[in-house]
Amino acid sequence: MKKKASKPAIKSLQKSPSGIQGFDEITGGGLPTGRPTLVCGGAGCGKTLFGMEFLVRGATQFNEPGIFMSFEETIEELTKNVASLGFDLEDLVKNKKIALDYVRIERSEIEETGEYDLEGLFIRLAYAIDSIGAKRVVLDTIESLFAGLPNQLILRAELRRLFHWLKLKGVTAIITGERGDETFTRQGLEEYVSDCVILLDHRVTEQSSTRRLRVVKYRGSTHGTNEYPFLIDENGFSVLPVTSLGLNHIVSNKRISSGITQLDEMLEGKGYYRGSTVLVSGTAGVGKTSIAAHFAEAACKRGERVLYFCFEESPNQLIRNMLSIGIKLEPLVRKGLLQFHATRPTFYGLEMHLAVTHKMVNVFKPDIVILDPINTFVVGDKEFEIKTMLMRIVDFLKSEHITALFTSLTPGNSALENSDVGISSLIDTWLLLRDIELSGERNRGLYVLKSRGMANSNQIHEFILTDHGVELREAYIGASGGLTGSARLAQEALENAKVLTHKHEIERKKREIERKRKELESQIAALNADFVLEESEAVKVITKEQDMINKLEQDKMEMAVSRKAVMRKSAPGNLKKSL
Amino acid sequence: MKAKKVNPEMIIKKGKSGKTADEKWVLRLYVAGESPKALTAFANLKKICQEQLKGKYSIEVIDLLKNPQLGAEDQILALPTLVRKLPVPVRKIIGDLSNTERVLVGLDLLPKS
Repeated sequence: MKKKASKPAIKSLQKSPSGIQGFDEITGGGLPTGRPTLVCGGAGCGKTLFGMEFLVRGATQFNEPGIFMSFEETIEELTKNVASLGFDLEDLVKNKKIALDYVRIERSEIEETGEYDLEGLFIRLAYAIDSIGAKRVVLDTIESLFAGLPNQLILRAELRRLFHWLKLKGVTAIITGERGDETFTRQGLEEYVSDCVILLDHRVTEQSSTRRLRVVKYRGSTHGTNEYPFLIDENGFSVLPVTSLGLNHIVSNKRISSGITQLDEMLEGKGYYRGSTVLVSGTAGVGKTSIAAHFAEAACKRGERVLYFCFEESPNQLIRNMLSIGIKLEPLVRKGLLQFHATRPTFYGLEMHLAVTHKMVNVFKPDIVILDPINTFVVGDKEFEIKTMLMRIVDFLKSEHITALFTSLTPGNSALENSDVGISSLIDTWLLLRDIELSGERNRGLYVLKSRGMANSNQIHEFILTDHGVELREAYIGASGGLTGSARLAQEALENAKVLTHKHEIERKKREIERKRKELESQIAALNADFVLEESEAVKVITKEQDMINKLEQDKMEMAVSRKAVMRKSAPGNLKKSL
Repeated sequence: MKAKKVNPEMIIKKGKSGKTADEKWVLRLYVAGESPKALTAFANLKKICQEQLKGKYSIEVIDLLKNPQLGAEDQILALPTLVRKLPVPVRKIIGDLSNTERVLVGLDLLPKS
């Protein structure tokens, strides 16, 4: 429970903490001490509960006893009603911490004759206040008097006197009032109670309701002027001040796998940070849920607990669909590691969703929470509330160290990076799935738009759903940009053809060289053959010529013999040598 | 048309029952101290009772300033308030009872006009 003592400024207005979560933050400490506060709003907006919680918290936490004077509900009804918020009124009444008083006026029983005043009410209230030393008073709803008492002039004068009297008594009072058509309250109570006016609202937009609280007026104090969404659950009221986001989570350096190996590779090969918030966004039918299912499956296989909120599909449908891509979720559900929680976003208002999320997380204690998808909440123009709601969820999950994965459907006609609910600033890792339309077909591409604290891949990968899960392929990156699908295949074929052509060219060249070599070699062989022929001819001629020389010599010798000439011994020898 | 027919009968009936000796009227007047309004109311009440219910009524005056806890029982807010405890049903008349006719209507001694 958040408590905030009023600041000890110089004689500034004293405030009584309401103990209502978030409310004291908006008002800087609570309601004005010793003054009446008007809480107004339509039927069923939580006026009575606001008053009751103010009293109960006052009695239990701030030691300020209180009186609850009810003009509508009997004591028994009240006790039962607030028991659903965990308040044990009987016990508090027994311990004189709270006094309940039911004031009933039956118009049909009353006849009016002449002058009267409401001294009876004053006496009754004074008696109750004095009996337990009350510091806080709630009058719920004093406007019922207008229905019971015919003379409005007297009533108005008496009410004015009552509020003045309450101030004199020094009690911090809450007066509730039904909202009127033009005014804050049907009977114009704001005319009398003007120190602090709080407006509760229960607005229905597009069939789902959201509770809102606004401090319309707070004399002598600054206050948050926005409309703050609030919720009522079994722990009572809690106002969601947008500004109370605590950015002081303990962060983890641990990494967990996304369940898709190639995706992990894009994220430094390690996956998401534990306790981070992941957004998977994309247009319809790009496989956001498949990525979520992979993540869930991987986590469960590690033995972690996963809480899966589905807002569009029933768990059975989701299990069946994921089976078609080879993700078996059903055994994980049976093991109790995976829990589905399926509701239509329109089933109840945003604040209830927030409350349910809180409750489920607290009960199941998951390591991973998946919200699929978050933007089905966006009906009409409630973006701001959704943003604050998601902010609260992100904040809550981070403080609990839970890794969150949200999917988000991007409308076809808006920029992809324009995350529908404007929560991009809350997201740590943002995966963008996009359609790539080329040559008459639609293919999926995935890239990491941002990922805080890691060097992520900046390439668009082609995202393919196979019967064994999601596959990411390196997209074709060529001169004409990224290509996917059959265009990628065609481009790859073209590339292959080109390569083949080149290969053929090389072959051809090789063959040509070979041929040339052979040609050359044959030429060489022919020349050689010629040469051999010529050589043999030459040898033949030489032999012939030698024979001729020998013959001549022999003839000479024979001539000499016949002439019996003196032979110079050396002469024939010389001739032989010369050959 | 029908209502007109019934009404005279009602008066007769009331008149009759009012005259029966055994019926007792128990009246309570809540006041806050001896304020002028309280005194006027008491005087008016006494006069009406003397005229209409002679001998068969009792008036109890409760001062809430002295006994504030007694106010809750009859759901008293406005003062002075006259409560008809008997005969049942319980009727309440608030104010100083200065309009005798309305007091009689309030006490079921006169039909509502």
